[in-house]
Amino acid sequence: MWNGRRQVGEGMRARLWAVGLSAFAVASLALGAPVAASAAGGDTVPDAVIHHVVDGNDIAFQHPLTGSTVTLVLPQFKITLGGVEIDLSITRHLLIMWVAAAVLVLVITLAARRRSLVPRGLYSMIEMVVTFIRDELARKNFGTKEEADRWVPFLATAFFFIFILNLFGLIPYSATATGNIAVTAGLALITFILTLYAGMRAQGVVGYFAHIVPQGVPIWLYPIMLPVEILGLFTKPFALAVRLFANMVAGGFVIYFLIGLIFMLGEGVAPLVAPVSVAFGAAMILLKLFVAFLQAYIFTMLSALFIGMSAHPH
Amino acid sequence: MNALSLGLAFLAAGIGAGLSILGASYGIGRLAQAAMEGTARQPAASGDIRTSMIISAALIEGATLFALVVCILLATKAA
Repeated sequence: MWNGRRQVGEGMRARLWAVGLSAFAVASLALGAPVAASAAGGDTVPDAVIHHVVDGNDIAFQHPLTGSTVTLVLPQFKITLGGVEIDLSITRHLLIMWVAAAVLVLVITLAARRRSLVPRGLYSMIEMVVTFIRDELARKNFGTKEEADRWVPFLATAFFFIFILNLFGLIPYSATATGNIAVTAGLALITFILTLYAGMRAQGVVGYFAHIVPQGVPIWLYPIMLPVEILGLFTKPFALAVRLFANMVAGGFVIYFLIGLIFMLGEGVAPLVAPVSVAFGAAMILLKLFVAFLQAYIFTMLSALFIGMSAHPH
Repeated sequence: MNALSLGLAFLAAGIGAGLSILGASYGIGRLAQAAMEGTARQPAASGDIRTSMIISAALIEGATLFALVVCILLATKAA
């Protein structure tokens, strides 16, 4: 599109995936988002920590020294579909996801604009990651090169989107959107649907369920293997969701409680606890940076593995 | 929720967290031992071994965090 010729190339497809993925995540988040009922900051330290980690209807910016708070209350609207009330209000995590999706689309569009033969700068960094995804994740898990190349946009989008959502959790005053089980469940649901899609596309709808137990298993083991395999079909995406959610929430919890320790131990001991707490908190933030990248990579790798395994059961 | 079940929930959360970290650190320790031995035998493969070690550690930690989520649910529901 930038060189005058209309083409649906890799960049356009990746952008479409990014928009579609974030739209789906929006929908799944809306169906699962709890409405926080408490005001900004609780009375006790655990209340304040929980308020920071959990999704809420407002964004509060509190000046660290003066303590004055500016609170933006986000619009709430609920719709009722046939007796069931669906909460579609805009919450903190949803706003972060929109901002992250916009930043992602902007950065990759800007980076991929100069398509020269010798890549430089941001383009070369992104190209390194996408090449790694194509060679290590896609081509190793899918049979033919063409099929692997068709799956690279989804895997790259999943990796970059999760990575940037995890990174947003490290910015002050913003929240970790992947620390919400609804968001990670939405992402894992996408992987689950794609697993079924790839399996049914490769083996047919009936054939997929007929071959769900691997070849070479004797017939008397079928009563055990069949429930195990069907259960395994559901537990794998569930594990994906919970793994990402727990890693992100645990990182945040540790840092918040380390800082909260200063307040919880009382007035006299606070100046002694503060240096240790802050030092450990800084180290935990570095660890959280590493975990952000690692968990995005693990999610993408396991997605590629599951989709590849269902498309090629041998 | 009466005081007894509250106290038991907190106790269960604490003991559960301790047990799960026991299992995780034992598993990752064994993994690190195997990785060190493999690297000592063949230093040329240290890059591949390091990558596999990090991936396995992340998966083991994922399983631990399932248990930790249960403990956190207990502790926060009780609070």
